[in-house]
Amino acid sequence: MTAVLPDQLGHFGRFGGRFMPEALIAPLDELTKAWQEAMADKAFTDTFEQMLREYAGTPSLLYDATRLSEVAGARILLKREDLNHTGAHKIRNVLGQALLTKRMGKTRVIAETGAGQHGVATATACAYLDLECVVYMGEVDTERQALNVARMKLLGAEVIPVKTGSRTLKDAINEALRDWVASVDNTHYLLGTAAGGHPFPAMVRDFVRGIGDEARAQSLELLGRLPDAAIACVGGGSNAIGLFAAFVPDVDVKLFGIEAGGDGYETGRHAATITAGQIGVLHGARSYLLQDEDGQTIESHSISAGLDYPGVGPEHSWLAETGRAAYRPVSDADAMEAFRLLARTEGIIPAIESAHAIAGTLEIAKELGPEATLLVCLSGRGDKDMDTAGTWFGLIDAEGSK
Amino acid sequence: MSELVAIGNAGAAIRKANDEGRAGLVAYLPAGYPTIAGGVDAIKALVDGGADVIEIGLPYSDPVMDGVTIQRAAEIALAQGLRTRDVLSTVEQVASYSEVPVLVMTYWNPIERYGVDRFAADLAAAGGAGLITPDLIPEEGAEWIAAADKNELDKVFLVSPSSTDDRIALTTANCRGFVYATAVMGVTGARDQASDLAAPLVARTKAATGIPVGVGLGVSNGDQAAGVAAYADAVIVGSAFVKALDAGGAAGVRELTESLAEGVRREPRTFANR
Repeated sequence: MTAVLPDQLGHFGRFGGRFMPEALIAPLDELTKAWQEAMADKAFTDTFEQMLREYAGTPSLLYDATRLSEVAGARILLKREDLNHTGAHKIRNVLGQALLTKRMGKTRVIAETGAGQHGVATATACAYLDLECVVYMGEVDTERQALNVARMKLLGAEVIPVKTGSRTLKDAINEALRDWVASVDNTHYLLGTAAGGHPFPAMVRDFVRGIGDEARAQSLELLGRLPDAAIACVGGGSNAIGLFAAFVPDVDVKLFGIEAGGDGYETGRHAATITAGQIGVLHGARSYLLQDEDGQTIESHSISAGLDYPGVGPEHSWLAETGRAAYRPVSDADAMEAFRLLARTEGIIPAIESAHAIAGTLEIAKELGPEATLLVCLSGRGDKDMDTAGTWFGLIDAEGSK
Repeated sequence: MSELVAIGNAGAAIRKANDEGRAGLVAYLPAGYPTIAGGVDAIKALVDGGADVIEIGLPYSDPVMDGVTIQRAAEIALAQGLRTRDVLSTVEQVASYSEVPVLVMTYWNPIERYGVDRFAADLAAAGGAGLITPDLIPEEGAEWIAAADKNELDKVFLVSPSSTDDRIALTTANCRGFVYATAVMGVTGARDQASDLAAPLVARTKAATGIPVGVGLGVSNGDQAAGVAAYADAVIVGSAFVKALDAGGAAGVRELTESLAEGVRREPRTFANR
């Protein structure tokens, strides 16, 4: 294993740690112990791998995207996480944490969700493993994403609209934490990204690191060598850390995280947390975050709900500060162009989150030149985004009304 | 740290109440609610009504330990443009109003953003007595602990029913002023039922430290205060004051304070265990 970080208290350099209510510290210690024991127990890891293989459909394909490569001017390999059950990399994390929940003898799972993808994935894992499931979702998001609310309910989850604060993802996390403080005896908080207080960033990374482990082996098989760069979109950062983890020791493989530039980074309306460069504490860890002069959280902006979060996982902050990975923003407009380009060149409709990674890849391909091979995490599929895309490209007004 | 030093500003006020054969009353209101000036008046009403220690909340955008009452008050205060410097100004006005110690209760990020050393110095200069930090544990608090010690400020960390004895020992060793014991596993807000988790937690905490132990979360009336006063050194009340302020303004706050002050004096108590 390559991961020497975090330290025992969950620090990645000066990032990470535990900025949580005391009531949750002992439960987090128990969770840390249960997770570490589980990962050292072959029965647990075998079951997890079997679930990933037989239920989630991994290992996902590594796809040589030749037509996209022609346009980009460099060779592009897509790690097809969009082909997993539920359509994104997130199934890896929810299966891992749900299995751990069973192992800890807990019977109830709570989760936060923004657009509903993590909520649907969690509801799926809870149906599969027979766990009670409650999903907190900002009231604004429940209205924008009614179809995902219906999916979660169909899967047997209870969806609770959050009516405080900005009524979006960060407030759903706040409300899930409030639930957890009162319910931790029988409840696991199944956090959806590699953020939060220790052990969540490291635990989520280890549950999703199959993305990079598989892609590294697949690259060696396909190319006989490693790619020149690995690229992923970064909101909270779970698919990116899952891709990067395997490559961090491979110093010749450049790592790029693509943040959501929203209306354009220069407009201030974005979710490019690391690019903005302010360090603080949010949702349990020290990391980069969007905040005002007084440390109040600023609302983020992105066309992609999955990237629309004002914080980022602490390991990314550490990778950025040490220079091991580079982070850059891509605007809504550039991401949507990449969304259409991938559809037209490869017949793949990506999640808008993943389209950010594609857009970033087009830039990086120019910088690295035609001899370069770029590995990109196609973290999810775009079915969920067709409303947004239809509106953006004027497809629904033109054709959908009749 | 010697026990005398660890008693600090708030601890001395609580011990004075205990010497009178009663528990102390620790009263919370957020700064800037319903307005900056209105907030100052409401907090002064806590003093007038007989609170022994004042907690001024620093409104924060993501208050994960607070129930809806305090969340809403914080949202309103921030929507009106409340700044951290306005909280310090509120502290200054209340501290100069009486001898009652004034602490700030705050989530950690606004302090880190202000600058930990700078905040400690400015709080001390404003006459503030210290900080209560609900999302800062001693393991992450080295910078604050150093700044507080330099400025002779109280450091109130929290213990919870879920805290192990080892954690209680670690936390109380880093407290000055008092230890904040959360009576329930949950967020702030009035509750009908008395907690059966609080008394055992207080007993475990007192086994680890000689500094006062205050109990908060859920107390909203004189009867509940009297019940908690039977085993705790201080009774901490928060969201009930926000509701009283909504319903009856500063006069309503004073009335509730007087009722709670009567509650903490109601039952004769002994302090043989100290």
